[in-house]
Amino acid sequence: MTAIQILIDGFAISALYALGATGFTLIFGVSGVLNLSHGALMVTAAVVAWAASSELGLGSYAGAAAGIVVCTALTLATYGVVVRPIDKSRAIPPEEKEIFILTGTLLWGIMIQEFIAYLFTSNAKTVMPIVEGVVTIAGVRTPWNQVFTAVVCWAVIGLLWLLVNRTRTGKVLLAASMNPRGVTLLGFELSQIYVAIWLIYGVLAGIAGVLLGQFLGVSSYSVGPLTASAFSIVVLGGLGSVSGSLIAAYVVGYLETLTAYLVSPAYRTIPALLLLVAVMYVRPQGLLGRR
Amino acid sequence: MLAKTLRNPLFWLCLIGLALTSVLPLWVSGYILGLLTVAYYFGVFSMAWDLLFGFAGEVNFGPTFLIGLGAYTAGILNGHGIGIPLCLLAGTVAAVIGGLVLALPALRVRGPYFGLTTVVAVLILQNLIVVFADTTGGEIGLTVPDVISIDAATNYWIALGFMGVSGLVLYAIAVSPVGLILQASGQDPVEAGALGFNVAKHKLAAFCVSAVFSGLAGALFVFYMGTASVGTLIDVSVGVQVIIGAVLGGRRTIVGGVLGAVFLIAAGELLRPLGSLSTFVVSAAALAVILFVPAGLLGILTRQGRHA
Repeated sequence: MTAIQILIDGFAISALYALGATGFTLIFGVSGVLNLSHGALMVTAAVVAWAASSELGLGSYAGAAAGIVVCTALTLATYGVVVRPIDKSRAIPPEEKEIFILTGTLLWGIMIQEFIAYLFTSNAKTVMPIVEGVVTIAGVRTPWNQVFTAVVCWAVIGLLWLLVNRTRTGKVLLAASMNPRGVTLLGFELSQIYVAIWLIYGVLAGIAGVLLGQFLGVSSYSVGPLTASAFSIVVLGGLGSVSGSLIAAYVVGYLETLTAYLVSPAYRTIPALLLLVAVMYVRPQGLLGRR
Repeated sequence: MLAKTLRNPLFWLCLIGLALTSVLPLWVSGYILGLLTVAYYFGVFSMAWDLLFGFAGEVNFGPTFLIGLGAYTAGILNGHGIGIPLCLLAGTVAAVIGGLVLALPALRVRGPYFGLTTVVAVLILQNLIVVFADTTGGEIGLTVPDVISIDAATNYWIALGFMGVSGLVLYAIAVSPVGLILQASGQDPVEAGALGFNVAKHKLAAFCVSAVFSGLAGALFVFYMGTASVGTLIDVSVGVQVIIGAVLGGRRTIVGGVLGAVFLIAAGELLRPLGSLSTFVVSAAALAVILFVPAGLLGILTRQGRHA
């Protein structure tokens, strides 16, 4: 019985990890930016969804929509206020842009985190679930919401795959990730491509954040751990590789669930961290990464 | 090199700064001295970090791993009745050993990968401290039986002296030929290697030096505070503060880290009436500096800072 429970719980949490990390890896793959305010964006989506649905009484659908919209707007602001100015700055030498973007987005994330704590306190909030009730799967009572989370995560990842591989926009994005200068020579505006990719990233982070808020609940304290877990999943999978981060999300998700059930919830994150260090020693570019 | 140092206005500025700050205990209250003592230790953390980033070009997101190793080793040993000097030594050695283990992947990977390894090291250390709560005090924190002194002025002078010596040694390394090789390896490792310099060896050495000062500063800090806890010493957010201090003060300047740390501690204290918004304002100010004055505070004060 426990085995099936681990299978089901692990599947849902891993799907959520996968979706949470997808936008992060997409941004890195296309523009080489590691956005350390990632966790803050997801928490914003969840907290806004909570405030709109529970506090303002708008219901779960309007709440989720509000969370996603605000998160997308904030993600675009992250690009416009922090990433783009650093990228364009003449005062920062090119080889140091990376550390400036890392430090800048980190500070931005802290600002969001503190602002959320100021507006809504740092107490944990659980977003009103879109579907209620429980279902029995192979003898294990599972909340419908958990099934819903896994389905939505995979549907969104599937849609993203279609968008990238089957549409013209997607192909331009893909081309931009491989050769930014080549794409501009073909007459595409690189800055528009970046705005598009940040827009997609915002929607992905928003959906992941709202689902996370329904599934596990969040507080302003979740900002750091969420960024760290997205970062480690993406590195484990190989920076820039979406399929790599999907696999890594399932490895980490199941490892954590197994530890929580079989050892103790207190040790939940330790094996995944040790695995990550081991991978860094043996295969620094990650499971499916290119060097 | 000595003649060059004597001609550098930055050197005299620092000397005057040290002289002025060393007589502060005659004028200001114990409360301000306490704040500055903490700021000086953070200044050492930032300077040690800057040697690694500003010169070797490695983004160490886990300065608190080294600081924490030094602090907790010293604190735990002291709890077993070992005297302060030996504890300080043990803490420093522990940080160097930890630094070597952490730096091994640094020889093979660069940039974000290395950055991540260092963050993960912090998270693992944090988890271990909570798991082995019997020895480490866990989430409540470790109480250390001995303190260096209970006199605010004595503690202040120790911190100031330690910061002065650390700054001098780190700065000397940074402007020495070794520092130049480090800088070259940081900017273009392939070319530096082609010129015949062992990039990996120099970076490893830089990591060890950084670990010596981080570990020793962490150990001293424990004996100043009388306690050690994950939240004040090891947490990723503490590491962020160290990094922001160094970048704010001016990267590649070493001494800039002190300015940044004092600014952060002072700003945090002055803005305390704002309550939970104070961190918001400090972060926003730091972000503004990064966006508009990327050379940092010292970069505005002196042009030498950028080439130091």
